[in-house]
Amino acid sequence: MSRLNEANVILAKEIIGRYPKARSATIPLLHLSQQQNGYVTNEAMAQIAQLVGATSAEVLGTATFYEMFKFEPVGKYLVNICGTLSCALMGSETLLHHAEEKLGVKAGGTTEDGLFTLERAECQAACTEAPCLQVNYRYRYKVTTAELDELLDDLAAGRLDGEVPPHGTVARVRQHIPADKGVGAVHPDAVVAPPAWITEGAK
Amino acid sequence: MSRYAWAPGYTDDGDRPRIVTSRFQYEDGYTLDRSLATGGYVGLRAALGRTPSEVHDEVRSATVLGRGGAGFPAGTKWGLTPQGVWPRYLVVNGDESEPGTYKDRLLMERDPHQLIEGCLIASYAAGLSQCFLYIRGEMALAQERVAAALNEAYAAGYVGKNILGTNFSIDIVLHWGAGAYVVGEETALIESLEGNRGMPRLKPPFFPAAIGLYGKPTIVNNVETLSNLPWLLTNGAAAYTAIGTETSPGTRIIAVSGHVKRPGVYEIINGSTTFRDVIYGEEFCQGIRDGHELKAFIPGGGSAPWFLPDQIDLPFEAKMVGPAGSMLGSGAIMVMDETTDIPAMALTLVRFYAHESCGKCVPCREGGTWLMRIMERVVAGRGTQRDLDQMLEIGQSITPGQYPHAASERLGLAAAPFPFRMTTICFVGPSAYNAVDSALTLFPDEFQAKLMKRTSIPVTAVGADS
Ligand SMILES: Cc1cc2nc3c(=O)[nH]c(=O)nc-3n(C[C@H](O)[C@H](O)[C@H](O)COP(=O)(O)O)c2cc1C
Ligand code: SF4
Ligand code: FES
Repeated sequence: MSRLNEANVILAKEIIGRYPKARSATIPLLHLSQQQNGYVTNEAMAQIAQLVGATSAEVLGTATFYEMFKFEPVGKYLVNICGTLSCALMGSETLLHHAEEKLGVKAGGTTEDGLFTLERAECQAACTEAPCLQVNYRYRYKVTTAELDELLDDLAAGRLDGEVPPHGTVARVRQHIPADKGVGAVHPDAVVAPPAWITEGAK
Repeated sequence: MSRYAWAPGYTDDGDRPRIVTSRFQYEDGYTLDRSLATGGYVGLRAALGRTPSEVHDEVRSATVLGRGGAGFPAGTKWGLTPQGVWPRYLVVNGDESEPGTYKDRLLMERDPHQLIEGCLIASYAAGLSQCFLYIRGEMALAQERVAAALNEAYAAGYVGKNILGTNFSIDIVLHWGAGAYVVGEETALIESLEGNRGMPRLKPPFFPAAIGLYGKPTIVNNVETLSNLPWLLTNGAAAYTAIGTETSPGTRIIAVSGHVKRPGVYEIINGSTTFRDVIYGEEFCQGIRDGHELKAFIPGGGSAPWFLPDQIDLPFEAKMVGPAGSMLGSGAIMVMDETTDIPAMALTLVRFYAHESCGKCVPCREGGTWLMRIMERVVAGRGTQRDLDQMLEIGQSITPGQYPHAASERLGLAAAPFPFRMTTICFVGPSAYNAVDSALTLFPDEFQAKLMKRTSIPVTAVGADS
């Protein structure tokens, strides 16, 4: 079950086809499997390894380097409260403590109902809108404790289902390169000459 | 409250030239329709009407300083690829995660076509045959906007095979990261793009332009750097250099955060605008929040040494900020007022860099964690003088010799300018120490005040007669 389903295998092959070397698709495919299952499983990593021509250990090695990949189930909503300087100056610590109390878990923990995982996150590139947070990588800016309460209540009641997809889904729009429009990836060693417009000029 | 609700943080309504943020005023600025209606892809057409080397010369003569942190001129960088080695690649650095930095995300969310056009112009000029647009993993909306824009641009014939009916053909591949600050370092970005752990490569070679993606010549440019190119090709290098100063032409986007009245993202005139202008200026941040005064500010992101108020009249000019002991970095100004608990706030930065160490170099991996642990102890009121000395010792193991810092009349300090020596592969290690060094050098009393008081335990030598 936790292997990529048929539709996702087709998508995976499309993604691999864009890169001059299949291994470059490792991170995109890990995202794809996390989108399907909510976290990254051993079976999925073994399958990705086959697809990109790496060993399972290599895929595991890559996956564990990155913060966003989870290897066990996390809450449906991952609440990341920024704690870096600009947000700390504007009271992010209070916000985090408030969230810990409201959810009854420490940062890093998941609520018993499996709905929320709370994390102290690092700078989210929204520093002028401090303190800020992300729920499944969707932003909330200049968040007060009251707004945080409201947000958590809304999420729990399913009122934000349209805006915030379950954990695992990051972007909901994907790139698709139509077969007749794309140039196509070429293995780096197969290219020996400069591109046409360099030798001939644009025409 | 932002005047442009759809561009959170963009409050800029000053009457200044706009090179890269001109479409932020439109709610639909990210669509192909709006882009085309407002001069989109005109720069690309202008480029395709000239030879690649002419376009390269135009960019070179405009001195477009890299906006990713190092400030290296784009035209010069493109010229560093070895002759006769193919293919060459373009990797776009959209990993924005330096503390305080907020600009590339807005550029991707609000004007993805401008970025795409910039990628095309760079690829045409430098003979790059495939482009990878690496967006930070946590930026869902930016990924969606760039994906939608690429889909539109492919359908309309602006990207892909035979662009605008010419023999210029290139794919732009959208790639997402998965959360790691160090991946913003260009060689780590390349490792990540090859499917590996995002660890920086040993240097030399100092530039991926020689050996980059798949071992081939690779240009790595920042999102904002590339976003300058459409305007530049549309209006010409002379118009570009007419804005800003000779050594810092054009504009740059800055993000001002912290204790100011109106934090926000502004496109400022490069080189001549001063920190006083942006912190106190009416069209910018309008001063420190009510009833408070400036204590310190960071001029160029979490990795930059801190400035005291007496440096406020410095302009956004690397040639002046460098000798004063800091750097402009990624255009992130973080402002602290007199209520700021300096050790506690420095700890947030130390924690950031310790957390983001990739682990390849011992001084960074161990030193960063030690600094964080000691800082935690000091901030919690359990530190000792020995802890403070220990932090300086750890600093010496990461950056032997003097670390850059600003001058302070009050403390009788002369500025220690860049460069510094380092024992690590990249700047994450030195950056972990940077916050400690700045805070401890400029505000020693605040650390002393937090040290554990032992006064309640009388020290009596054994056998001493009272
Ligand atoms: C630790 C570290 C993190 C960096 N993060 C970024 C980043 O997030 N975005 C970026 O454009 N450049 C970043 N840089 C700078 C890049 O290495 C590189 O200089 C830059 O992308 C080149 O583009 P430019 O010449 O257009 O500025 C970082 C550098 C270091 C050492
Ligand atoms: S300095 Fe730190 S982050 Fe940079 S390469 Fe070394 S260990 Fe990795
Ligand atoms: S410090 Fe919180 S978003 Fe940058």
